Amino acid sequence: MNFRFEPLSLPPEAENLRCEVREFLTEALRGMPVERRADTWTGFDATFSKALGARGWIGMTWPKQFGGGERSALERYVMLEEVLAAGAPVAAHWFADRQSGPLLLRYGTEEQRRELLPGMAKGEVYFAVGMSEPNVGSDVASVRSRAKPADGGWVLNGAKIWSTFAHLSHYMIALVRTSGEAKDRHAGLSQVLIDLSAPGVTVRPITDITGGEHFNEVIFEDVRLPASAVIGREGDGWNQVMAELAYERSGPERYLSSLQALIQMVTVAAEGHGGDRLRVAIGKAMAHVAVLRQMSLSIAGQLQAGHAPNLEASLVKDLGTSFEQSLPEMLHDVLGLEPSLSGGDAERVHANLLQLAPCFSLRGGTREILRGIIARGLGLR
Amino acid sequence: MSELGNIIEDMIQRLLVDSVDHTLLERSEGGGWEGDLWSKLEENGLPIMLAEPKEKGGEFGWREAYLVAMAAGRHALPLPLPEAIAAGWLLAMSGIEAPEGRLGLAAGDGLVVEGGSARGRLSRVAWGRHLTHVVATACDQVVLLPVEGCAVVPGDNLAGEPRDDLVFAGVSIQSAPCPPGFGAETSRQLGALLRSAQMAGAIATLLERSLAYAGERQQFGKLIGGFQAVQHMLAALAEESAAAAMAAEQAFVALDVGRDKDFAIAAAKVRTGEAAGKAASIAHQVLGAMGFAREHPLHFASRRLWSWRAEFGSEAEWAERIADIVIPRGGDGLWAFVTAAQADPM
Repeated sequence: MNFRFEPLSLPPEAENLRCEVREFLTEALRGMPVERRADTWTGFDATFSKALGARGWIGMTWPKQFGGGERSALERYVMLEEVLAAGAPVAAHWFADRQSGPLLLRYGTEEQRRELLPGMAKGEVYFAVGMSEPNVGSDVASVRSRAKPADGGWVLNGAKIWSTFAHLSHYMIALVRTSGEAKDRHAGLSQVLIDLSAPGVTVRPITDITGGEHFNEVIFEDVRLPASAVIGREGDGWNQVMAELAYERSGPERYLSSLQALIQMVTVAAEGHGGDRLRVAIGKAMAHVAVLRQMSLSIAGQLQAGHAPNLEASLVKDLGTSFEQSLPEMLHDVLGLEPSLSGGDAERVHANLLQLAPCFSLRGGTREILRGIIARGLGLR
Repeated sequence: MSELGNIIEDMIQRLLVDSVDHTLLERSEGGGWEGDLWSKLEENGLPIMLAEPKEKGGEFGWREAYLVAMAAGRHALPLPLPEAIAAGWLLAMSGIEAPEGRLGLAAGDGLVVEGGSARGRLSRVAWGRHLTHVVATACDQVVLLPVEGCAVVPGDNLAGEPRDDLVFAGVSIQSAPCPPGFGAETSRQLGALLRSAQMAGAIATLLERSLAYAGERQQFGKLIGGFQAVQHMLAALAEESAAAAMAAEQAFVALDVGRDKDFAIAAAKVRTGEAAGKAASIAHQVLGAMGFAREHPLHFASRRLWSWRAEFGSEAEWAERIADIVIPRGGDGLWAFVTAAQADPM
């Protein structure tokens, strides 16, 4: 078989941490409206991020000298699933913790690590990711933003789009062309670190269908970057990005985004409403949660053991995001409530999730791209 | 996988891969007993692999049984090997000495136990007509019934596997209280557990056959596996296969390590049953008219899946059981329940 999901047992220290995180969240999120809990990882709250950082729960696995906690990836996993299941607003520190920090640890200069990682771990320094561009979506390899060598550094021109919370972030790590031409595809692309307050950077929020401002267009006009802005090997950006994406495919954020919908369904049932169809729907959804959690944990275990389960991670992400998207549909099907942000708890959660759900199978690589990766893993391409 | 797991998996694959061929499978649908194959399984100790279970100091546990049940499903083994393994475990755990002969497993909800005798109907017992004894749980007792002398009402499932009703009019039995933590429903739960592993195995076969076909069938001048529409269907099939295997295995692991078995088994039956329907539908679409022809072996897997997902309770039935466990805890207790149910006992 092409894939294998070894079951994982969480070690006692991870389960102990769970209690601590839960206690913290009960206090930190007291009184938070349910529809905001349904924002999951698109909720931005610097106060919360700083509080989480103060507990040592950002950059948990990083070396202590850079502000990290040197804890295991499985402890981090438990912290993450608790935070996400509670619907905490994690967006401010999210990309720094999940992608930018680990990237800098791996490829950054000593100076970058010393300067940036401690602030990230405190929940004070926020990062955005620059992948898509106007006219460049799934076909990331055809990016047109370009950094040209100049005066011992670089001059960047171009634009990035759909950068989540770039307007509230301090830095962006973007994939841009540093050599060659568009026809060279993967070759000649690099990841560069950009200070979003630098002259020549314009950040324009884009209103999404919820009316919220989550993502942005970021325009670069003759932005001067130091030589050290290129992270890792110049021209090796594509491989770095692919490795980064594999890490972010199978986390608990890929199946828990709509958990609030299921919680509302159980709440309604516990109040004695809804009947058999609601009960069956709840049972089926719980079975999915049980299995997706075990699959996601299995991959965390493989990553911890130093393996690169790329096919497995893609399978879990597609399954997980499909499940997340099915929950608001299920809620509609069994409760038939009109979604409304001025209604009761279930109506408000429903209204928010229905509008957010389309992005679940877009962010971090569309379903179509993922299925292409799976097909390749199955030997079909 | 553990070394022990590798040994077990190699052994069962070696035993089944050559023996269970098209001819044998077609023949078995007549409802007979494949005695030579059963002897080979017995020679390798497979039916009694949990007769001295890990809990009692034996070598094998449910993790190893998962590999065997999954392989049985993968090869469409037309013999009640998974049932014999679970029946052996139940007897061992309740301290009833296992009899010589062919041991089966049944849900005991139609059985009335009074003192040393039992009466009633055991429904849809796998290969019931060929068994010497059947094990069921009823009234919080593990019950061992001799099949000789009961009335056999023959039946079969969609794949021609014997599913006989055994009717007992006051037969003398051996019985003992269910093992601690297990109740009257145990034999039905174990049946659901076994079918979930068999379904995961049959779904793996659907994936394997679909991939093989997509890699050899040409249309419009290229392999059909090169078409994006087909690739995406196969990706979805692979996802269902992976989910079904995890769903089944986590339930076997739950029994081994002492996690919440009621939730784990119910989740396994719900999720593998759902995967069965989706996977069969995709595989038949990929194989087209070829897979619809009797001479192609695809149906040995798909017809079993359509039956197995209903045997020992369908998705809806097990989903309601999960609902019964979860709803009283309320929405706020949902996540805490999941993490506690899946945690190893400290």
